[in-house]
Amino acid sequence: MDMKRDYYEDIELFKSGTVLFWSILLLLFLFTLPLYMPSYNIYLFNIILVNVILAVGLNILVGYTGQISLGHAGFFAVGAYGTSLIMMHLHFPFPVAIILAALIAALLGFVIGLPALRLEGPYLAIATLGFGLTIMHVIGRWEIFGGRMGITAPPLDLGIPGSAWSLVLKGDVQIYYLILVIAVLLVIGARNLMKTRVGRAFMSIRDDDIAAEVMGVNLTIFKTMSFAVSAFYAGIAGGLYGFVVSFFDPFSFNLILSILFLVMVVVGGLGSVLGAIMGAVLITYLQYDLLKNVENLPYLGGLLVAVSKQWFTVIGLANFSGIALGLIMIAIVIFEPLGMFGIWIRIKKYWKTWPF
Amino acid sequence: MFEMLLIEGLAIGACYGLFGVAVAIIYKTSDVVNFAQGEMGMLATFVAYHIMTAYGWPFYLAFPATLLFAILLGMAIEICFLRPAKEPTVLGLLILTLGAEMLLMGLAGWKWGAEQKDFPFLLSVHKNVEIFPGFALNEWTIGVFVLTAVVMVLLFLFFRYSKLGIAMRATQQNENAAKIMGIKVERVFSITWGMSSLIGALAAMFFAARSVLDPNFMMEPFMRAFAAAVLGGLTSIPGVVIGGLILGITENFFGYAWPEWKPIVAFVVIILIITVRPSGLFAKHYVKKV
Repeated sequence: MDMKRDYYEDIELFKSGTVLFWSILLLLFLFTLPLYMPSYNIYLFNIILVNVILAVGLNILVGYTGQISLGHAGFFAVGAYGTSLIMMHLHFPFPVAIILAALIAALLGFVIGLPALRLEGPYLAIATLGFGLTIMHVIGRWEIFGGRMGITAPPLDLGIPGSAWSLVLKGDVQIYYLILVIAVLLVIGARNLMKTRVGRAFMSIRDDDIAAEVMGVNLTIFKTMSFAVSAFYAGIAGGLYGFVVSFFDPFSFNLILSILFLVMVVVGGLGSVLGAIMGAVLITYLQYDLLKNVENLPYLGGLLVAVSKQWFTVIGLANFSGIALGLIMIAIVIFEPLGMFGIWIRIKKYWKTWPF
Repeated sequence: MFEMLLIEGLAIGACYGLFGVAVAIIYKTSDVVNFAQGEMGMLATFVAYHIMTAYGWPFYLAFPATLLFAILLGMAIEICFLRPAKEPTVLGLLILTLGAEMLLMGLAGWKWGAEQKDFPFLLSVHKNVEIFPGFALNEWTIGVFVLTAVVMVLLFLFFRYSKLGIAMRATQQNENAAKIMGIKVERVFSITWGMSSLIGALAAMFFAARSVLDPNFMMEPFMRAFAAAVLGGLTSIPGVVIGGLILGITENFFGYAWPEWKPIVAFVVIILIITVRPSGLFAKHYVKKV
């Protein structure tokens, strides 16, 4: 169904008029969202968009290049702390600060990509995991980072602070628009990157690194580049996250967060930008909204409270989100290794020839 | 002071090594890195705690009951979660075991809550025993050394001489060939998981006796033990224990000199070492052939 006849068809942004139509409709919906959404939901949407940016970036590394990272919370933390600290201490405007912070994250990604040249599978997992924990502890120990108490994000100033050019964004809705614009740009950027020479090099490394090397792909350059690009996305996402939550401490960037990021990508579908977006939306929604107050769910909530009273403890019911996420992760690997993107493909195939 | 640090480091390291062996056994046979290992041990420890406090069983009854539970838990996870997965990738297996980890942690949190408990264990860290005049060790340390030595010898004998152990090694070398030779590979995997869960539960109870019991208590020890296993080379069981000892000593000495960096020194060492030796210190590095 997806036959491509020339290069232009491969790189074009919208495959058909239908895709164009729905994309525009979706963008219109997203841009008018604050008009008909209560404020708390906008906060949720902000978190979702931040995670979309991160998942798309992580997908470049995990889905397209075939490397494993259990340390993305570290890059995320670098972005969050970097942006806030650069703005607080150097008084740079927000756009400069976030790009600088993301570049620092990218540099760290490049550094962690160096050992990754020689490691694979579980060895790579432990190396990245160690990196993430190291970042968390370093931030927790150094006074300049606010230590264990965490820091409060400065006012989000798009222009030069304290001058006539100052433009401070306040409230969830204004931040929402900022994140939305950045997210759309970065998603399109990731999608286009995968259609270039670099993207094809990434995919060839995923499929077989030795064959890729034989074909003339420089593994050193492209593996580290994949880590750097992915870390850059995580840095941008982290910088935005700092302003969404406005207060953060080092221990919110823990291993569980890294696992959650990886879960978003796998549940959404490896090696597809759309999949990463779907996974980020689903997992964030489950984590921050649906499973947060599980006892208030219709039908299921009452049942769970009854079960808790009988065999478990009601106070421990907050742990139900872990159980649900664990089951989702297991189910995805067993039943649908392609993730939500695989389900989407099957739905599309079914409806394409529907009456037959 | 030096001997104190050394012995304490060795004891902790032996505990890491023991737990790392549990990880390594599964990796050796089925190429799965079991991220749920820590939580399997945690759940078993909680079961022991529950049997002893809620039902009032004495320790010598609760202990074997817990070990039986651990074996069944390991087998159940293999049968329910890993067996149905069809030709999973490395990442798929990672996600699968991470999912099992979150599931078990959630269950334990649901049942026993997040507050920290003291685990009543036979051997105490605070009771010293004089082995020969002028040289005293605490019970816990002696227990760890004895247990690790016993487990190592038993594992060596098991893999060298028993039919099942040889079947496990055959399965690791070539699954298809093992099948042709009449080995029920799936059964071997279940038994492997049971065995590993048993060893993990033993180590977890020792960790719980040293710290506190809560649903998160195995996260840090598991990561250290995994790091130790990677350090020694995941496929060599003596290597894993030596890796654990190296890690324990390094961590203890660093922890003494710079206490605030103690949590991360292990990982920095690991990253440096596996960058130089990508398969760990004691495993043969297989170069991939096309």
